[in-house]
Amino acid sequence: MRAHAAVAAERVYTAEGMARTRLVRLRSQAPLSLHPNLQALPLRLRHWLRDPRSGMSVSLAAGAAGPLGGDRLRLDIDVAEGATLMLSAVAATVLLPGPHAEESRSIVNIRVAAGAALLWFPGMQIAAEGCRHSTVTRVELAPDARLHMREGLILGRHGERPGEFRQRLRITQGDVPLYDQELAVGAGTPGWEGSAVTGGRRALGAVITVDHDEDRMTSFGTAVSPAFPDTAVLRVSERCAVITSVAPDALALRQRLDAALWQTDNCARTAQDERKETAVAAPVG
Amino acid sequence: MTGQKTVSVSAYGTAEGSLSALLLLADGRFPTGGHAHSGGFEPAAGVDGLNDVASLEAFLRGRLGTVGLVSAAFSAASCRIFGAEVVPVGDPDSDGSTAAQLALLDAEYEARTPSPVLRTASRRLGRSLLRAGRCVWPHPGLDRMVSLPGKGPHQPIAFGAVAAAAGQPPRHAALAAAHEAVAGPATAAIRLLGLDPFEVNAALARLAPAVADVAGQAAACAHAPPADLPANAGYLLDIFAELHATWEVRLFAS
Repeated sequence: MRAHAAVAAERVYTAEGMARTRLVRLRSQAPLSLHPNLQALPLRLRHWLRDPRSGMSVSLAAGAAGPLGGDRLRLDIDVAEGATLMLSAVAATVLLPGPHAEESRSIVNIRVAAGAALLWFPGMQIAAEGCRHSTVTRVELAPDARLHMREGLILGRHGERPGEFRQRLRITQGDVPLYDQELAVGAGTPGWEGSAVTGGRRALGAVITVDHDEDRMTSFGTAVSPAFPDTAVLRVSERCAVITSVAPDALALRQRLDAALWQTDNCARTAQDERKETAVAAPVG
Repeated sequence: MTGQKTVSVSAYGTAEGSLSALLLLADGRFPTGGHAHSGGFEPAAGVDGLNDVASLEAFLRGRLGTVGLVSAAFSAASCRIFGAEVVPVGDPDSDGSTAAQLALLDAEYEARTPSPVLRTASRRLGRSLLRAGRCVWPHPGLDRMVSLPGKGPHQPIAFGAVAAAAGQPPRHAALAAAHEAVAGPATAAIRLLGLDPFEVNAALARLAPAVADVAGQAAACAHAPPADLPANAGYLLDIFAELHATWEVRLFAS
């Protein structure tokens, strides 16, 4: 099966001069199906929008099983200047073998323009036994574009070993490469179960935030903590933080990523409180 | 000054047969400060309880296929760029473009090294490698790299440059880098766990075909655009490196 889906969003102004995000393109092709919804942005990212109505939310549903071997799927996401788009998968994706042991491929091209923001939740990918799949995601950010994404991979369904899976995620901002990492697991990849890559753990995931708001970025807390084992908060640059985690299963992965994020939220709140106190104290001093 | 610039003009290409220089560069005793690093083995052994040759070997295979491949590919690319510089060395334009190409390579390597702890370690090793390389194989290009502003080049960028200055072609730089990706941590494992050196070296011998394979893949992309170079990631290596940096007692720097 070949499918090409696309979503593009732009900013418009209402008669009252309020910024809104409008979808200018919404192309679904089975099995990739896109639907606008009324979901609100996650609480921790509300500060990205002064007015919660100025963003747009779209869900991505897979209308069929798979991807199966032989499938070629492509998704283009384009967020134009000043627009805010949240795109979320409604369910996990199970990568399955095809009838002729062919490789399945997904390509995701993401562009976020100046002053625009994208929240991208592709959902869990589950690499089933015997699958042969590769995903390539390219994210091009304008210098002051914002990105928040969360992804996860489960190596095999319950009690099975994963097929061959590859995923490359490359994020550039302006012309600068920010983050470029490839994961490869399965029979064709020597050593992936060793303690340099997964150490026998079955779930991997990451939360990536790119934000030019320095206050927000300083809130990323300690790199490691017993509260989230086998997880690290990596300050990739002043504007980019990556929380990376390797866990025994999907549940533990979610808990660890949440714990590392929760620490971030707490830090942000403390920083805000401190600023408020300083602001109040300043005239007196 | 002009005389100095022409010193090693003929080093690249004609000295391909200089295997003794390659052996010197790949020797763990070459003074680059690498002996202070375990390549992530110390924290991996601590967290995952690795205590025998079998688990070391699995660790090394994973390390070789991820950061080993990336490091070998960037070493080969750096060696190719630096080696190409040797002929028109007096030309200020070409000098600028070589520096720019190496800077681009350095930025791409940075994007493939998300752990701040590993970035710092890599630049520290890069600096100390350049220091040693300048003295062992004097080359005006290495002098220029040292004088560039910043925290010094990443280790594979420096390694490729020093290999070129030592008259090595990119495929030798890739081979030496891939070898070092497993030999360094293996030596560290002997010191850390008191493993039998004979058994550990037998494991390294078993890994030799994989090392050659990775070096071949790496050398094949020496001419590729830097953005297309391999980006295979050792996910636990990054996480463990950050954890290791918080340990109060440790034998190795990384």
